[in-house]
Amino acid sequence: MSWWTPQVEATLIAMVQAVVILLVVVVSGAVLSMVERRLLALWQDRYGPNRVGPFGLLQIAADMLKIFFKEDWIPPFADRTFFVLAPAIAMASLLLSFMVIPITPSWGVADLNIGILFFFAMAGINVYAVLFAGWASSNKYALLGALRASAQTLSYEVFMGLAVMGIVAMTGSFNMRDIVNAQENVWFIIPQFFGFCTFIIAGIAVTHRHPFDQPEAEQELADGYHIEYSGMKWGMFFVGEYIGIVLMSALLVTLFFGGWHGPLLPPIVWFLLKTVFFVVLFVLLRAALPRPRYDKVMNFGWKVCLPLTLVNLLITGAMILIIDPAT
Amino acid sequence: MTAADDSRNENTITSGGASSAAGHADVVAELARHFGDAAFTPQDTMTAMPVIWVAREQLRDILIYLRKLSAPFSMLYDLSAVDERLRTHRRGLPPSDFTVFYQLLSVERNADLMIKVALHERDLTLPSISDIFVNANWYEREVFDLFGIDFAGHPHLTRIMMPPTWTGHPLRKDYSARATEFDPYTLTVKGQEVEQEALRFDPEAWGMKREGEETEFMFLNLGPNHPSAHGAFRLVLQLDGEEVVDCVPDIGYHHRGAEKMAERQSWHSFIPYTDRIDYTGGVMNNLPYVLAVEKLAGITVTDRAKTIRVMMAEMFRINSHLLFLGTYLQDLGAMTPVFFTFTDRQKAYEVIEAITGFRMHPAWYRIGGTAHDLPNGWDKLVQGFVNWMPKRLAEYERAMMDNAIVRDRTKFVAAFDTQQAIDWGVTGPNLRATGLDFDLRKKRPYSGYENFDFEIPTAVNGDAFDRGMLRIEEMRQSVRILQQCIDHMPAGDYKADHPLTTPPPREKMLQHIETLITHFLQVSWGPVLPAAESMQMIEATKGINSYYLTSDGSTMSYRTRIRTPSFPHLQQIPAVMRGGFVPDLIAHLGSIDFVMADVDR
Repeated sequence: MSWWTPQVEATLIAMVQAVVILLVVVVSGAVLSMVERRLLALWQDRYGPNRVGPFGLLQIAADMLKIFFKEDWIPPFADRTFFVLAPAIAMASLLLSFMVIPITPSWGVADLNIGILFFFAMAGINVYAVLFAGWASSNKYALLGALRASAQTLSYEVFMGLAVMGIVAMTGSFNMRDIVNAQENVWFIIPQFFGFCTFIIAGIAVTHRHPFDQPEAEQELADGYHIEYSGMKWGMFFVGEYIGIVLMSALLVTLFFGGWHGPLLPPIVWFLLKTVFFVVLFVLLRAALPRPRYDKVMNFGWKVCLPLTLVNLLITGAMILIIDPAT
Repeated sequence: MTAADDSRNENTITSGGASSAAGHADVVAELARHFGDAAFTPQDTMTAMPVIWVAREQLRDILIYLRKLSAPFSMLYDLSAVDERLRTHRRGLPPSDFTVFYQLLSVERNADLMIKVALHERDLTLPSISDIFVNANWYEREVFDLFGIDFAGHPHLTRIMMPPTWTGHPLRKDYSARATEFDPYTLTVKGQEVEQEALRFDPEAWGMKREGEETEFMFLNLGPNHPSAHGAFRLVLQLDGEEVVDCVPDIGYHHRGAEKMAERQSWHSFIPYTDRIDYTGGVMNNLPYVLAVEKLAGITVTDRAKTIRVMMAEMFRINSHLLFLGTYLQDLGAMTPVFFTFTDRQKAYEVIEAITGFRMHPAWYRIGGTAHDLPNGWDKLVQGFVNWMPKRLAEYERAMMDNAIVRDRTKFVAAFDTQQAIDWGVTGPNLRATGLDFDLRKKRPYSGYENFDFEIPTAVNGDAFDRGMLRIEEMRQSVRILQQCIDHMPAGDYKADHPLTTPPPREKMLQHIETLITHFLQVSWGPVLPAAESMQMIEATKGINSYYLTSDGSTMSYRTRIRTPSFPHLQQIPAVMRGGFVPDLIAHLGSIDFVMADVDR
C-alpha cells in the first residue's frame, strides 16, 4: 500500500479529530440549552425541564424535533438573502473559532501561529450576523437590537484584543499551544489578572450573554435582532449563543487557566473540568444579575475597561523589560 | 320583602349622609361667599363630602378658585358622568339629562368636594378643564367616549376606551348592555383592514414632528403585546436613537365595561366583577364596593367582619406587592427574583385558599360581612405566613435593592415630586414615594384601620428606586397588621344582623321563615337598596380605589363609577419619560405597578 504514508495517516487522524471536535462542540452547544435551564431552575427554587427521559435528559431531543419541524418562515418584508445568511454566520463564525483551541497536547484542529488573531477575526465577523439579522428583518426592534449590538461589540472588541496582548507579550507568540505551554508553572491568571478581568467581561459582551444581552434584552426590545426568526434559523442563533459560551469558556481556560495543565488527572479531563466551570459561571451570571443600562455598558467599556487593559499592557511591558531586558 | 326593606325604600336621596360634617362646611361657605348662594345647589348624599351643582358657565371659575384657595383642592381625583334620563328618584335635584361630576381632593384639608354640572341632552357641551387640571385630559376623553359629551377646548378629544371606529356611547342608558341585544358580530377582511388602519399611529394628529432638526424620528409601537407592557397596553414612542422624545400611551385594550355591567347586575352579584378590576388585588377590590353598598343599606358591620376584611385585604396587599417586586426586578433584567416572590405568593395563596376557598378572585366579601367565618386553625396558617415573610423581605432588600446595577437603573429615573404627583392624580405608594404620607388607612380610617398600629412608610426622591423600596417597607407594615389580626381577632358574628345582609346568615335562614323569604328574594332577585348616592375610597394595592354608587331604589345600581389608581398613573407616563432612554421607560413601567384591568375596567 504505497499511498499509505505517515503523512496520509496524520491527515486522516487530523480530519477525524476535527470532525469529532466539531460534533462535540455542536452537541454540547445543544445540550447546554437544557443544562442551562436545569441550572437556572436549581438556583431559582424550581425543577426546570425534568419530564422527558431520565432527569429530563431527552428534553434536548424533544426540542430538536420541535425546532426542526417548525415552519421555516421568512417574513415577506424581510431581505431574504441577508435574512438567511445571518444565522449561518452566527453559528459558523463561532464554530470556526474553535479551530484554534488546543484541547490536549495531541488534540486540536489547527495549530495556527496566528491563533488568537484568528479568533478575533471570527469574533469580528460574528457582528455581521447580528447586523444582518437586525437589518434584514425590517423590524424596528430588530434594528434597535442590531444598533446596540454593533455599538457594544465595537467598544468591547477594542479592549478584548488588548486584554490578551499582555499574554502575547509574555509568551512571545500568537500560537495557542505556545500560550498553553508557557503556563506549565504559573497560569496567566496570576500575572495577567487585570487582563483576565477585562477579557471575561468582553467575552460576555461579545457573546451577548446576560448581563450584556442588550441587543436582545427581552424586557426592552422583546428579543431584539432575532425577533423575526423562527424554526431552525432561530435555532442556529440559539445554538450559536451556546457555542459562544463554550468557546469563551475554552478560550478563558486556554489563555488564563493553563489549558490542559493540571496535576494527576489526564489533560482532557482538566480541560473539560475547567471549561465546564466557566460555562456554569456564565449561567450563574444570568441567574444573579440585573441588566445595566445600555449606555452605561458602553461607558463602562470605554472608561473603565479600556484604560485598565492599557495600564495592564504597559505594566506587563515594563515588567518584561525589567526582568529580561536582553530580549 | 321584609318590613325593614320597605321602610328603607321610602327614603329618598335626601336621607342623611355624613356630608354635614363640620370640616366640610367651610369650603361650601367659602364658595358661597365668593360666588353667592344662588350659584350652586347643594345635594345631600352619603358620599361623606359636600356635593354641589353648579352652572356650566361658572364651572371653570369655580375650579380655578378652588385651586387657588389656601389649602387648595389641587388634585382632580375623579371626573365622570351619569346618564340621568331614566333616573326616577331625583327629588330636589336640578333638572339634568347628563350630569358630569368632578371630584376634587385636598391633601391639606384631607377633604373632598364634588361638583356636578347638569347638561341637557340636546346641548352636551362643556368647557374643557384640562388646562386647569392636567389629568382631566384622559377623564374628559373617557366621558366623551362613553357618554358622547363634548369638551370644548380639549387638546385631543378622541375615543380612549373604545376602538376609534366604534359607534355609539356605551354608558348611555339607551345603549344595550347585553350581547344578545346586538346583531351577531361579523368581521370581513375589508373590515379588518379598516380596523387595522384605524390603529395606525399618526404623529401629526398628536402634534408630533416626523423629523427633528438633524434627525428623523422613529415611531415605535411598544405593545399592546410587549413583555414589559404588563398587559394589553400600547405605548407609541417617538425615538431619537434610544432617547424617548415623546410618547403616547394608548389604553382600552382591556376594557370590559365593568361600569356598564354594574348596571345589569344585582348589588350582590356584582361583587365578583369587582375582583377583576385590579386582578392582583383580590378581595381588596370587594372592600370599597361593599363598604359603599353598606352605606346605602345602612348596615353596620360587626367588629369581627371588619377585622377579617382588613386581614384578607392586607394579605392581598402583600400578594400584590410581591408580584410587583418580582416583575419590577425582572423588568430591570434580573430573572430570578420573580420565582422567589412567586414562592412567597404561593405561601400567601395557601392561606387565602384555606380561608376563602379561592386564589386570585375569591369574591369573598358580602354585603354585611364575609362569605364565611374563619375556618378552624386559621390563626396558625396566617402566623406561618407572618413568620415566613420578614426574612424573605430582608433577602430581597439585600440581594436586589442593594445591588449596584439595580440602583444604577432606578435611582433618579422617572422621578417626580409631590406637586407633580398631585397634579396628575397619582395616589398610593407612588405618591408616598415622593415624601407625602397620604394613606387613607391613617388619614380616613375605614373598616377599623384606626385600631391597628402600623406606620406609613414614605421616601424622598419619588424615583423608580423609591417606588420599589417603599413597597418592600409596606409589606413589612402589612405583616405587622396581620400579626395584630391574629392576636386580637374579635369574637362575634361574621355577618351583620340586618335585613339587607346578603345572603342572610345561614343559621337564621334555616330557622326563620322571614329570613328564608329574604334569602330567597335576595338571591333570586337581589336586595333592594334605598335611592341615594354613596361612595367609599380605600387605600388599595396600587393607590386610591373608590366606588361611587348611585342607587335608584332598585335591585341594581343606577350608576357605578369605579375610580382606579392605575388610570392616572399611566396618563402621567409621558410627563416623566420625555428625555429618558428606552431602558428607563421599562424601569418606570415596572415601578408604577399597574395592571391594565385596573386602568380600563
